[in-house]
Amino acid sequence: MLNIKDLHARVEDKEILKGLNLNIKAGEVHAIMGPNGSGKSTLANVLAGRNGYEVTKGSVEYQGKDLLELAPEERAWAGVFLAFQYPVEIPGVNNVYLLKAAVNAIRKNRGEQELDAVEFLTLVKEKMKIVKMKEDLLNRAVNEGFSGGEKKRNEIFQMAVLEPKLAILDETDSGLDIDALKIVAEGVNSLRSPERSIILVTHYQRLLDYIKPDHVHVLSNGKIIKSGGPELALELEEKGYDWIVEAA
Amino acid sequence: MSQENMNSNIQNYLNDFEKLGDDVKSDWFSEQRQSALSLFKETGFPGTRQENWKYTDTRPIAKNSFSNTSDQSISITTDEIDSIRFQGLDCYELVFVNGIFSKEHSRIDGLPENIVIENMAAALEKDSDLLKKHLAHYADSKVSPFTALNTAFIQHGTYINVPKNTVIEKPINILYLSKESAQPFASHPRNLIVMGEQSEATLIESYIGLDDANYFTNAVTEVSLSSSAILKHYKIQQESLNAYHIGNLNVMQGKDSRFESNSISLGGSLVRNDIHGQLAAEGASIVMNGLYMTNNNQHVDNHTRVDHLKPNTHSSENYRGVMNGKSRAVFNGKVVVHPQAQKIEAHQNNANLLLSDDAEIDTKPELEIYADDVKCSHGATVGQLDQDMLFYLRSRAIDEETAKSLLTYAFADEVIRDIGFAPVRNRLEYLIVGRLPDAELIREFTNE
Repeated sequence: MLNIKDLHARVEDKEILKGLNLNIKAGEVHAIMGPNGSGKSTLANVLAGRNGYEVTKGSVEYQGKDLLELAPEERAWAGVFLAFQYPVEIPGVNNVYLLKAAVNAIRKNRGEQELDAVEFLTLVKEKMKIVKMKEDLLNRAVNEGFSGGEKKRNEIFQMAVLEPKLAILDETDSGLDIDALKIVAEGVNSLRSPERSIILVTHYQRLLDYIKPDHVHVLSNGKIIKSGGPELALELEEKGYDWIVEAA
Repeated sequence: MSQENMNSNIQNYLNDFEKLGDDVKSDWFSEQRQSALSLFKETGFPGTRQENWKYTDTRPIAKNSFSNTSDQSISITTDEIDSIRFQGLDCYELVFVNGIFSKEHSRIDGLPENIVIENMAAALEKDSDLLKKHLAHYADSKVSPFTALNTAFIQHGTYINVPKNTVIEKPINILYLSKESAQPFASHPRNLIVMGEQSEATLIESYIGLDDANYFTNAVTEVSLSSSAILKHYKIQQESLNAYHIGNLNVMQGKDSRFESNSISLGGSLVRNDIHGQLAAEGASIVMNGLYMTNNNQHVDNHTRVDHLKPNTHSSENYRGVMNGKSRAVFNGKVVVHPQAQKIEAHQNNANLLLSDDAEIDTKPELEIYADDVKCSHGATVGQLDQDMLFYLRSRAIDEETAKSLLTYAFADEVIRDIGFAPVRNRLEYLIVGRLPDAELIREFTNE
């Protein structure tokens, strides 16, 4: 599904990723953990194609294609989805219509029939249950006036509607209370499938109590310094990051 | 341009004035016209050395030899007008073609007996004390040479008189339509709206070019609001892209009266809109909403001025602009709080979106405050499309062009959505989305 080789990337003049390697197969859930400033969010943004993140070396292959060659919207058409750490508010652009445009842009680019209003609303109603979205949020401007938890829930809701092949969740757990965390985690779990790969970028082990990853990686100073199974996350929770950073 | 050329073009107006001849019935009006002409003759067109015209060069207008004697032969089909009318809106309607009133296309029958809505020329013919009392009393020829020019050429336009305690339920729709004529022409529409105590009306003034004709519209609208009168005013400027448009709106407000202005500028090659509100009695309030969207080489200048002459008066202003191509826009919002005008509130905001590197905006709020117990605020912003929003939309599969259009529309819609009158609001949403690429998709976002 995704094969990252020796990835180097910088933001402005600062090199953040310094030779990152990662291989993700279809259906797998990978957690990327690490201290602040280790490059977790940079990795998420590079994968989604945000401006200002310059790849200086290495490659990212997604479903046999060079992902770095694609514009952000082309990545979305190809099934890549980023759940933002800080979802932006967009006054004047309605949530539902953004979603409809998104769904149809993806379908159109895959050569599928676009959904009409009725088909779309049926889809939306079904997916709303997954993250217990309140209906009034749907008809508001994108994220405008949403609480932190509502914004994160909206990201997962969008993910449910768009049904990506590769979902990158950038610190989706940050700023959530325990109830909201459970709802978001349940939503993500319900979207697990043999065809869908998920990258969970997180600072805390807490999220992994609810979403059990297949693999856990520790990112430090722009590189993955340790990989393991779910037990690695528990070890990090207990001992912190220092021992492992020092050992590397 | 040399001084000599400038003068020869003034001469053109002086000659045409002579041709107006004997249509004037009353002495007071004749004198008014004559003195306005003398003023114009003295000042000529304004130059950029005048502070008020610093950013807007009127030489392109001055150097043209427009004909001021209208060509009566230009006609228009019902189909042409129907494409412009508000579908399904029951309204009184006055239609002017190249500045001349079209009785055939206008719909002002069945008016309640006490309400007057008629062509200015007809009102002048009848003459009345009311007309004499109000006409040219609020638009000052000394302030703008264009107002002087308009006053000298007063003939066609709209005269409305709503007596006290009268509410006109149907909106009044005035269409100033222009199309290609044998010779480039100037029209000087003159509107006077006199609203009695506790009267209420909604007025839409549209200036529309039906083709890409070269012409000059020089419009003046005067409004007098007696105590507790309410007028909602919409101006939609969609002149031809080869046309010049100068518009002056002057409002005199009595006690507890309310004036709402919505000024939308989309067309024209060189455009200047002036609004002057005088809050002359306690409790008077004025709201000014504005939107200007420019592209290519368009130049659009919006000047507003509010005089808080008495205590407890309110003004609020919200203008937004979107500039693309090599176009240029100017915003100047002046608020003057006079010495005795305590406990007033004045708020002003101007936000601008530049879509290209070559587009330009000059924005200037001007507050002159001579009272000490007042609440005033103002703010101006100039920005480009928000990169975070753009990336968010693109990451949600929206292609770059559509994402830009969507954000531009959302910016303009901040003004449009505040428009209370649905037919105008819907028309504007349609017009504005229509100017952006991928209009169909964006329309889907708002009109389902």
